[in-house]
Amino acid sequence: MINLPTDLKYAASHEWVKSNDDGTVTVGITDHAQELLGDLVFVELPEEGAELTAGEQCAVVESVKAASDVYAPVSGEVVAINGDLDGEPELVNTAPFEGGWMFRVKLSSPEQLDDLMDADAYLASLDA
Amino acid sequence: MTQRTALYDHHLQAGAKIVDFAGWEMPIHYGSQVQEHNQVRTAAGMFDVSHMVVVDITGAQSQAFLRYLLANDVAKLKTSGKALYSAMLNPEGGVIDDLIVYYLNDEFYRVVVNAGTRDKDLAWLNQQSGAFDVTITIRDDLSMLAVQGPDAIKIVQSLLPESSLEAVSALGAFYAAEAGDYFVARTGYTGEDGYEIMVPNEQIGTFWDQLLAAGVAPIGLGARDTLRLEAGMNLYGSDMDDSTSPLISGMGWTISWEPADRNFIGRDAIQAEREAGVQQKLVGLVLLEKGVLRGHQKVHCAAGEGEITSGTFSPTLGKSVALARVPAGISDTCDVEIRGKRLAAQVVKPVFVRHGQSQL
Repeated sequence: MINLPTDLKYAASHEWVKSNDDGTVTVGITDHAQELLGDLVFVELPEEGAELTAGEQCAVVESVKAASDVYAPVSGEVVAINGDLDGEPELVNTAPFEGGWMFRVKLSSPEQLDDLMDADAYLASLDA
Repeated sequence: MTQRTALYDHHLQAGAKIVDFAGWEMPIHYGSQVQEHNQVRTAAGMFDVSHMVVVDITGAQSQAFLRYLLANDVAKLKTSGKALYSAMLNPEGGVIDDLIVYYLNDEFYRVVVNAGTRDKDLAWLNQQSGAFDVTITIRDDLSMLAVQGPDAIKIVQSLLPESSLEAVSALGAFYAAEAGDYFVARTGYTGEDGYEIMVPNEQIGTFWDQLLAAGVAPIGLGARDTLRLEAGMNLYGSDMDDSTSPLISGMGWTISWEPADRNFIGRDAIQAEREAGVQQKLVGLVLLEKGVLRGHQKVHCAAGEGEITSGTFSPTLGKSVALARVPAGISDTCDVEIRGKRLAAQVVKPVFVRHGQSQL
């Protein structure tokens, strides 16, 4: 059964977004995405301070199988990255919605959150 | 229209994720590719390789035919069961396929070729055999299972009937023996000890179940690729193909130049290449920075440019390794271009792991 927290927002390109009540959001990739990728061996994150534009490629996840792009689900400045993934990329496999988070963004256009999907809509997009 | 091996239902039962491989519905993994990789390095795993093509060459001129067809020389094979790795070349010296040939007797050789090259290989065999008194028999009635890992030998032997145990336990590396209905070869594609075993299709399911019960885990094609790459073994279609000679594909050691009067297909072309000076070679690369080497990434070195032919993350070494075709004059370091950045790599002999141990 697919693991899909209902308090998160989702992008069609398989990123999740969590609102932190301080104008920042936390971003990671979904359980579905990590399962498709297989065992992760390397995660390349954006740099702290980088300005992201929604929809642009901003990180790379590499599994034993292949490299895959991660896209910024929202625009804004990267205010934190998950340094644990440097030594333990497998956290994305084992805890995609918790310990496997990737980076935090200070939103420049909070209204972009409305463009993202809720869990039900994301789930439906997987079946389509 | 995809095909299925006799073990297809067993794969599903074991939780396989199935992919299309060369027209076959094959298991890519059964949950975790890295776990399967480690299982083979530390215990024992089994791979369904029934999609590979077993071809028997029989008849009075079997040896003469294979001495003409292959770049390695089957005349070296004098003991029944002895195996030889060889390239099959086209007249331009390109590699049509790499294969293993087993010598049973002067009028009976068994050849195993790749699944992805099946139609091309069989057409070539038929075309080239015209002048020879040989019969070519495709053995689609046989399934093949590779059982590999430090515990593989012991476990397989524990499952064989008493009558065939003596012949199988006496097998040295790269030897095979007929054991009742089974054909057991001490060969593999992982850098670990083990067997590749041909079994009649109707018996393979039972053998699989016995191995499973004895603690041998099913291993998918994903781990098969990382295991062979760590072992520094070539993959046809990635590390060599019809357009590359064996001399630039790390296969120079498989060419039998002597006797000089043996005429084999492709000889003139690769001899001319050798006399003119071979410009490239296949080397191993170890990435010194974080990232993953992949096929087709560009290699930069003082002597010029090259290209990665296969790359992966090595679960055993915890770093990325690759095979790369590079200028022959490369030194012991180079840069690899990954997503626009140049990362430093070490140039090594293309063997990274053997018998569970790092070779670096």
